[in-house]
Amino acid sequence: MKNKLFHVSRRPAMPWWKSLLIRVIAIALALVVCAVVTMLFTGENPLNVFSAMISGSFGTSRKIWATLQGIAILLCVSLAVTPAFRMRFWNVGGEGQILMGGLACAACMIYFGDVVPNWVLILMMTVSAIVAGAIWGGIPAIFKAKWNTNETLFTLMMNYIATQLVAYFCNIWDKKGSGIVGVINPATEAGWFPVLGGQRYLLNVIIVAILVVFVYIYLNYSKHGYELTVVGESEKTARYVGIKVEKVIVRTMLLSGALCGVAGLLLVGGTDHSISTTIAGGRGFTAVMVSWLAKFNPVVMIVTSFILVFLERGSSDITSKFGLNKSFSDILTGIILFFIIGSEFFINYRIDLVHNTEKEAK
Amino acid sequence: MKKILAIALCAIMVIGVLAGCSSQPASNDNANSTPANNDAPATNDTPATNNTPAAEGKTVKVGFITLHDENSTYDKNFIDAAKAACANAGVEYIIKSNVPEGSECFDTAEELIDEGCNVIFADSFGHEDFMIQAAKAHADVMFCHATGTKAHTTGLDNFHNAFAAIYEGRYLAGVAAGLKLNEMIANGEFTADEAKMGYVGAFPYAEVKSGYTSFFLGARSVCPTVTMEVTFTNSWYDEALEKEAANKLINRGCKLISQHADSMGAPTACETAGVPDVSYNGSTVAACPNTFIISSRINWEPYFLHMIDCARTGTALEADWTGTIATSSVELSELNEKAAAAGTAEKLAEVKAQFEAGTLKVFATDTFTVGGASLTEYLADVDDMGDFQPETNVISDGYFHESEYRSAPYFDIDIDGITNIDA
Repeated sequence: MKNKLFHVSRRPAMPWWKSLLIRVIAIALALVVCAVVTMLFTGENPLNVFSAMISGSFGTSRKIWATLQGIAILLCVSLAVTPAFRMRFWNVGGEGQILMGGLACAACMIYFGDVVPNWVLILMMTVSAIVAGAIWGGIPAIFKAKWNTNETLFTLMMNYIATQLVAYFCNIWDKKGSGIVGVINPATEAGWFPVLGGQRYLLNVIIVAILVVFVYIYLNYSKHGYELTVVGESEKTARYVGIKVEKVIVRTMLLSGALCGVAGLLLVGGTDHSISTTIAGGRGFTAVMVSWLAKFNPVVMIVTSFILVFLERGSSDITSKFGLNKSFSDILTGIILFFIIGSEFFINYRIDLVHNTEKEAK
Repeated sequence: MKKILAIALCAIMVIGVLAGCSSQPASNDNANSTPANNDAPATNDTPATNNTPAAEGKTVKVGFITLHDENSTYDKNFIDAAKAACANAGVEYIIKSNVPEGSECFDTAEELIDEGCNVIFADSFGHEDFMIQAAKAHADVMFCHATGTKAHTTGLDNFHNAFAAIYEGRYLAGVAAGLKLNEMIANGEFTADEAKMGYVGAFPYAEVKSGYTSFFLGARSVCPTVTMEVTFTNSWYDEALEKEAANKLINRGCKLISQHADSMGAPTACETAGVPDVSYNGSTVAACPNTFIISSRINWEPYFLHMIDCARTGTALEADWTGTIATSSVELSELNEKAAAAGTAEKLAEVKAQFEAGTLKVFATDTFTVGGASLTEYLADVDDMGDFQPETNVISDGYFHESEYRSAPYFDIDIDGITNIDA
């Protein structure tokens, strides 16, 4: 017979200040471990490393804007996947939905750049990006609703199709054969989003801020939001109270895909003015973490996406300042995330040591 | 109780190992503080070694932007050269790696300027448009870009392209390949008519086409019956795809493989299959001791030194700069005598001397045909205006003037003897 050392049980909800305290302690511990690892492996003073991390995100006003831009785009994708997650529909296809939105947007810029007035063009880009993202999110939802296919695999596979579609169109649009489209309409700037107040990223930040409010209200104060939450809690209950589950699944995923399409729009029309297979940059997957860590709360997601962007930018600055490999900054990011996610475990569960009465090991 | 003891023991062992590892870099760090140690390992990236007798003129600080980090052979080639050149010239530098080909490139350039850099260099083709945007916004900073095509038409004084006449290096590598085929024919492994090479290309565009055509012409200069099959992966770095492509070519009867893609996929496939291989971007002899013959690469250090020198003295840097064998920009790796044919080194020295003397032209029009006929003129898209319209005749005096009208290659002709098996 094996004797268990630990016993894990679910905790009753704890007061907010206590859970906050645990999270703060977790981050502090993570920083200590990071410091130890940094000293052991590189011999750098950990305080220097941390200050480099902070200056990587906030060192100059330019860096602050780049950080804000990073948060805005990641937050946009996180907002997009959240309604689906609340419905317990595991949409890991954000990457593909962003790419399809971006692709549709780029196609408008290329084919209609010199044909229609700029405001019409931007309207076309917006509509087509939203529709394209919605279609890419809607396809797996229809299959799920009709035939109960596995949405995790389905949305994941849709990513690869989207990536190859973008690669295909890049090869068509770049007739040299390099597969790189480059900046679209560099001379006329047709389809480029206007620059507000001299800040290239301000418009993106404002749009995403509006989306935060929209998604928050949609999830918490609308009938749709209530329905999808019920479907997420229990499909049977939803059916019992007369919610059309299939309809809710498809509707929610159309919204989820559409918001990813907006992220694609902001990247292509508002930021890069170009399209490539790497434009989503893995945000479709990072967003899963942002959304989970925030317990699907759009307002808290501002904080969690900030943490992830801060870690990413800070660690890339360390890489260049101290001449370390990118793998090292990934290790630091990994340690910090490990502690943050670990703290959620300790907030939800308690661990008791099981005392052995018979002392056989003597 | 036992469990806890075991865990504690493990923990102590792990800490012991870590402590052991850390003692080495620690001693290295002490060495780094002495300015003489410029070739210290990668652990010290921002050397403040400005105490070499600084040449007169402006203080230069260079910012390098690379698409990936040292794990990519392509970027490693730039990073190594950057460190060496800056150490040589005694200037400060910052390297920002893993910068995507998007507005991040523009942001990174500006951040480097904020940190005091007055020369910015980017290494990837897709960085170009964003470097041009940054160059427009910062007229007082010098922007240099490898593999790009637009410097001579943008009309910016502070944006420059650079490349090297790597086709000469590829030609030399091709000569080594041809000699190997000759040796295999002489050994009776296959007949002269069966001498077929395979080539794993990244994208079907000028930079790659120019490379494989020169490789092929080099091989055919010594092995007249050789033919070649080309396949594309449509990616610069995809180990699995490149391996698969090499295996496909080997299965189709290719006797020797070469590549223009950045992973170890093709070389390792060759080593497994026992097929001789000519690699790129540096020697792969360590992983492929039995099949690696030779490799060509661009040495960027001469360009970096030139760039730094121009910035320091205020001399105008050329819009297009093309390194050659003569400037040491085009290099061959050490020959692997185990795999190469006898007499290869001597032959390579002979051909190299011809390049240095300027008597040998890789793309001489009497060495290749298109649809059975020799070319007397050819319009290439030298001025990259986004229209994809060729406008410049690049054939005169009996040869195709590669990398003379601009630094980036524009030889994109499909010549007889090479088959694109994807088409």
